[in-house]
Amino acid sequence: MLQADLNVILPEIVLALYAMLALVVVAYSGKDKLSGPLTWVTVAVLVLVALMIWGRGDAVDAFGGSFRADAFSTFSKVAILLSAAAVLAMGQEYMLRRQILRFEYPILVVLAVVGMMVMVSAADLIVLYMGLELQSLALYVVASLRRDSAKSTEAGLKYFVLGALSSGLLLYGASLTYGFAGTTLFSGVIAAVGEGHAPLGLLIGLVLMISGLAFKVSAVPFHMWTPDVYEGAPTPITAFFATAPKIAAMAMLARLLHAGFGGVVGDWQQVLALLSLLSMFLGSIAAIGQTNIKRLMAYSSITHMGFALMGLASGTQLGVQGMLIYMAIYVTMNIGVFAFILSMERDGQPVTDITSLNVFASTYPGRALALLLLLFSLAGVPPMIGFFGKLYVLTAAYEGGLVWLALSGVIASVIGAFYYLRIVYFMYFGKEEAAPLEAGRSPVLATTLAVTAAIMVLGVVNLFGIDTAAATAAAAIVN
Amino acid sequence: MTIGLEHYLTVASVLFVIGIFGIFLNRKNVIILLMSIELILLAVNINFVAFSSFLGDLAGQVFTLLVLTVAAAEAAIGLAILVCFFRNRGTIAVEDVNVMKG
Repeated sequence: MLQADLNVILPEIVLALYAMLALVVVAYSGKDKLSGPLTWVTVAVLVLVALMIWGRGDAVDAFGGSFRADAFSTFSKVAILLSAAAVLAMGQEYMLRRQILRFEYPILVVLAVVGMMVMVSAADLIVLYMGLELQSLALYVVASLRRDSAKSTEAGLKYFVLGALSSGLLLYGASLTYGFAGTTLFSGVIAAVGEGHAPLGLLIGLVLMISGLAFKVSAVPFHMWTPDVYEGAPTPITAFFATAPKIAAMAMLARLLHAGFGGVVGDWQQVLALLSLLSMFLGSIAAIGQTNIKRLMAYSSITHMGFALMGLASGTQLGVQGMLIYMAIYVTMNIGVFAFILSMERDGQPVTDITSLNVFASTYPGRALALLLLLFSLAGVPPMIGFFGKLYVLTAAYEGGLVWLALSGVIASVIGAFYYLRIVYFMYFGKEEAAPLEAGRSPVLATTLAVTAAIMVLGVVNLFGIDTAAATAAAAIVN
Repeated sequence: MTIGLEHYLTVASVLFVIGIFGIFLNRKNVIILLMSIELILLAVNINFVAFSSFLGDLAGQVFTLLVLTVAAAEAAIGLAILVCFFRNRGTIAVEDVNVMKG
């Protein structure tokens, strides 16, 4: 029995053991001198574990139903592992050159990834909390990795205080849910909730848990930490924040809502619709005045989370499928854009000012074209794949009866297009700069940029099959 | 008068609200923020233990132990970050956590 249970969480065990082993080995040998090779080894391990999970499709419960591996967790875990691997590979050269690549960084990322994998598989409030905290505690440290920088430690401090507050909200909600349902298992909660309308205690518990998770996905009005943390953390770490943790938190929210509260869709639908509406509009409008590209990406991620929440708000299987497709596409676009931001420099110093992109296209036409494709995709301009992501969630919202939300989504994406196009304008038609921007020579960044830009265009053929994979995944949690 | 479940829940909710207000109204010291976070987690623990005893179910007490452990780890990490912040800025006043704005 235990053997079978352990077999289900084998990928998590492998990663956790790898993290601890690597920590001990590196701490007693070369320390920071080994951080470069250690990053590459970690990338390889993450990709191998992703391949290992890929082969496990069928649904199994472990540990008395508190941990569940199914098509949904497989989809999310593969996305999390691959995006974490891509971000580590992209940041390696950047951090080595600026001497901020400590050997703890890849190890902490692996621990955070283990936490995220537990989160997306959790079918019990205790397991959910454990995964969430493992992820958060690792991320707090990663955010303040540059111990000598006032900005980085401030980012870490803000992230810590608001993250701990959100965990507190989530826990208080979990305690009420436990008290009124009499169990921490999602399967028991859904039985206690029943159909139609939930009892008041469970409803308050649910709303508190949604608020806690809204912090983690940075949905308005719980978004205040996002721009500061994105700006303050070193850029490779910002790229990490913008990708894997978002998938994990979204996936966990989806499982909690459907596996735990699937009988009372009407009760949580309005909460999610409101979060989605506010996120889409605030993200689009506040991004317009930004001059720092990292802050701009923070507001952009808030907008995108609004769209992903729109999928969830529809409360249907199509909505979950749309959310998963949207997240997969969002992560790919963000990896591409951050590969570009990491390569922005002047005299070897990183630059994050948007106006520094003036007439970038005349010196680097290839890179400018790649960024143009990525930005068009972020804005949702057809025929880039970002458009299809939006199309899926809008269709789901429309068919789920939220026509007003779908319409507001279209309006918000038109407003949002402005600031993406503004960057394109600077690149192609801006004023001459005295000291033009350079684009580094890192082959990893150039390849990532080219590959993601190619995906934006080539994906229109069949979205690389992720729509069918997402449909299977969504069917696994919606009943 | 017998002390029942509702009394425990009331105490817990009062502590929880004090914790939340401590985070949002406090303009003095970051240490007070950490104390407020502990207060929130303790409110949660009272809830769990009260429900656990009321329901005659052990899962709530297991959850409480987990929360206690995690709260200790969280406080350790929070203080470590705070020490780094203090080394850079020479202050831990909340109003000085303001390098980035907007």
